[in-house]
Amino acid sequence: MAFDSLSEKLQNVFRNLRNKGRLTEDDVKAAMREVKMALLEADVNFKVVKTFISSVQERAVGQDVLKSLTPGQMVIKIVNEELTRLMGDETTEIALKPGNEITTIMMCGLQGAGKTTMAAKLAGKFKSKGRKPLLVACDIYRPAAIEQLRINAGKVGVDFFQMGTDHAPVDIVKAAIEHAKSNNENVVIIDTAGRLHIDEEMMEELITVKENVGIDHTILTVDSMTGQDAVNVAETFNAKLEITGVILTKLDGDTRGGAALSIKFVTGKPIFYIGTGEKMDDVEQFYPDRMASRILGMGDILTLIDKAEANYNEEQARELEKKIRKAEFDFNDYLEQIKNMRNMGGLGKIMEMLPGMGIGGMNLKNVDLAAGEDGMRQMETIINSMTKEERANPDILNPSRKNRIAKGAGVDIADVNRMVKQFGETRKMMKQMSGMFGGKGKKGKFKMPFNMKF
Amino acid sequence: MSEEKKGFFGRLAAGLAKTRNSISNGLNSIFSAFSSIDDEFYDELEETLIMADIGINATMDIMDDLKTRVKEQKIKNPEDCKQLLIDSIVDQMHVPEDAYDFEKKNSVVLVIGVNGVGKTTSIGKLAGQLKSDGKRVLVAAADTFRAGAIDQLAEWTNRAGVELISQSEGSDPAAVVFDAVTAAKSRHADILLCDTAGRLHNKKNLMEELRKINKIIDREYPDAFRETLIVLDGTTGQNALAQAKQFCEVAEITGIIITKLDGTAKGGIAVAIQKELSIPVKYIGVGEHIDDLQKFDPKAFVEALFEGDKKEE
Repeated sequence: MAFDSLSEKLQNVFRNLRNKGRLTEDDVKAAMREVKMALLEADVNFKVVKTFISSVQERAVGQDVLKSLTPGQMVIKIVNEELTRLMGDETTEIALKPGNEITTIMMCGLQGAGKTTMAAKLAGKFKSKGRKPLLVACDIYRPAAIEQLRINAGKVGVDFFQMGTDHAPVDIVKAAIEHAKSNNENVVIIDTAGRLHIDEEMMEELITVKENVGIDHTILTVDSMTGQDAVNVAETFNAKLEITGVILTKLDGDTRGGAALSIKFVTGKPIFYIGTGEKMDDVEQFYPDRMASRILGMGDILTLIDKAEANYNEEQARELEKKIRKAEFDFNDYLEQIKNMRNMGGLGKIMEMLPGMGIGGMNLKNVDLAAGEDGMRQMETIINSMTKEERANPDILNPSRKNRIAKGAGVDIADVNRMVKQFGETRKMMKQMSGMFGGKGKKGKFKMPFNMKF
Repeated sequence: MSEEKKGFFGRLAAGLAKTRNSISNGLNSIFSAFSSIDDEFYDELEETLIMADIGINATMDIMDDLKTRVKEQKIKNPEDCKQLLIDSIVDQMHVPEDAYDFEKKNSVVLVIGVNGVGKTTSIGKLAGQLKSDGKRVLVAAADTFRAGAIDQLAEWTNRAGVELISQSEGSDPAAVVFDAVTAAKSRHADILLCDTAGRLHNKKNLMEELRKINKIIDREYPDAFRETLIVLDGTTGQNALAQAKQFCEVAEITGIIITKLDGTAKGGIAVAIQKELSIPVKYIGVGEHIDDLQKFDPKAFVEALFEGDKKEE
C-alpha cells in the first residue's frame, strides 16, 4: 500500500539523520522533500503544502534534538505539531442554544458529499443528548431525496418535515420552524440539495434562506476523499454562506484525507464531526491530532513519540540503566515496565501506532494481541501478590513462597513459575545488552527496555 | 454522428465555462509568461498537473517523459512543449474503437463505485440515452441498501420510459440481479443496466457481495456481452486510484465514468488510473440534465485539464 512505502521513505531519510545533536538545514530539507510528497499524495492542496513546508522548515532548522528522540523523530515531531496546530488545537462541537430555544442548522455541500445521511446522523446524536431534533427536507431536486431523509429520520426516531418539491426552500424552512415551535422541538436540521459552488443560482437559494430565516449554523459537508479542488469548494461556500464549520464524511475509507487540512487552511473554520460508516450512529468527534497523523501517513507514530517522552523520562532511564549494569533489575522494575506499556495504551494501541500496521490496525488481525495483553495483566497480578522483600530480591523465591503467591494471585503455580523463568531470562538478556551498551558511557542511548524500532 | 459531436462540445463548453472562476493557475498563463524552457518553467508545469489531481507519481512520470522528448526533439519553444505534453496525454487517454460495443449487443452493464459518486444518476442518464437510440433497456435496482435509492432510480426510469426490476429496500441485491437477468432474457432486452449500492472499496464483505453479483450474471447469462463501469467522482483526489484498484479485484472493469466535471475539479486522477490500470474513460458527467452524460473525448478532456483561470488572482 501507498502508506507503507511512504512511511518507509520517511524512515530512510531519517535513518541518515541519526546521531546529530542539532537539526541542520540540509537534514531538514531532505526530510521536507519527503513530507511534501506525503502531503501531496494525501491530497493536501499544492499551495497549502508549499506554505506549510516553508513555515515548518523555518522552525525546524537549528532546533536541538531532544535527548529521548532521534533527529528523524524530532523532525516528525515538529511537522506533526505544526500540522496539528493548523488543524485546530482542540475538538469543537456544534453549540446548541440552552433550554428549549430553537437552534437551526443548515447542511450544505456538493452533490454526493453525504449531506442527507449526515443530517440524520446529527439528529440521532442530538436526540441521544436529550434534545428534540426535527429533520427538514429541502432537497427539492434530487429524485427521492425527501424519501431518503424520511426513512433515515425514522431510523433515528426523530420527527420529519417536508412540503414536497413545489415550494421554495426558504418557505419550507419557515414552516418547519413553526412546526418545531408547536411541537416543542429545539434543534432544526435542514437538509439541502447538493450544489456546485460555482452555480450562482443554486447558491442564491441558500443565501435567501440564510437572509430570511435565522440560521445559527451553516455546516459544509465535504467528502474526505476530495482532491485539490477542496480549496475552491470550501473557499466559495465560506465566502457566500459564511459557514460555521465543516463535517467530513466517508472517513471509514482508506483516504488520507488531506482535504481536511486544505479546508481548514482556507476557511479557518473548525471541523466538528466525521462520518465513519453506513450506520446511523457512525458519527464521531473530530480529533485534530489524529487527523494530522493520518494525513502524514505515519500511523500514530507521533502519538507514540509523545507518549514515550511523557511516560519515560530520562532520569528513570538512567536509573534503570545503572540497575541493569549491576544486574539489580528486580520485580519492581519489571512492574514499572508493564505499567509504562499500559500507560501508552497497551500492546494493541502501541502496535496500531507503529507505521506499516495500516490505518486502524488493519494488518493486526493475525497477531494474538489479546493473549499478549492477558499475559501482561497476569504478570502484574502475580507481582502484586509478592511481598516487598520478594519483589526486591527475586532470588529468594522458593516453592512455598511461589505457592502462596499463586494463591494470592488466583493463578496456577505453573503460571508463577513461568513468569519467574521469563523474568530470569529478561534479566539475563538485559545484562548482556548492558554489556553491549556499557563502558563508553554514552548517555541517552539506552531508551526503552521494550525495544521499539521506528 | 456530427450532430452528437456538436451537442457534446456545446455541452462541454457550457460546463467548462463555469471553470473560469477557478482559482488555479492554468497552463496558458504559464506558457505566455515563459520565453524559454528552464527549471522554473518545468516546476510551474508540474504544479499545474498536481493541481489537476493527476497525482505526484503520475506527474513525475509525465514530466520525465516530457523532458526526454524535449531533449530528443531539441525543442526550445514553450509553446511547442505545451503541444507535446497535451499530445502525449491525449494519446494515453485514447478510447479504443470497441469501447461502446455493448450498445450494439445483448449486454449486461454493471455500474459500481463508492458512495455518492453518482452511480444512480449516471444509470438514469444512460438509460434515457440508450432508450432514445431505440434500444430496449431494462434497469435493475440492486442498491437495496441506501434509503430512497430504489425510488430515486424509479424516478429516473420513469422519465426515461424504461422498465425497472426492483424488490424492497433491504432485500438481497444478488436476488434482484438474478430476477433482472431472467427478465432481460425473457423480455429480449438489448441492454440490462444494473445499479449497485455505493460501497467503500476497503469494506471486505461489501466487495464480496459485488463478486457474488458478478458471478450470478456470469452464470445466468453467459452469452451476454459484459460491460462493467466504475463511476468515479471527478472531485476525488488520489483515493480514486485505490478505489479503481480494489474494484478491479472483484470485477473485470471495462471502463470509467467520471462525474461532476462541471465544477472546478479537473478529474486528473483518471490520467493516473489509465496509466496504471489501462482502463479507458468512456463517459463523463458534466451536469444534472439527462444529456449531461457524454462520451469521453480525450482531446477536450486534456485541454480542459489544462484550461486555466481566466480571472486574475
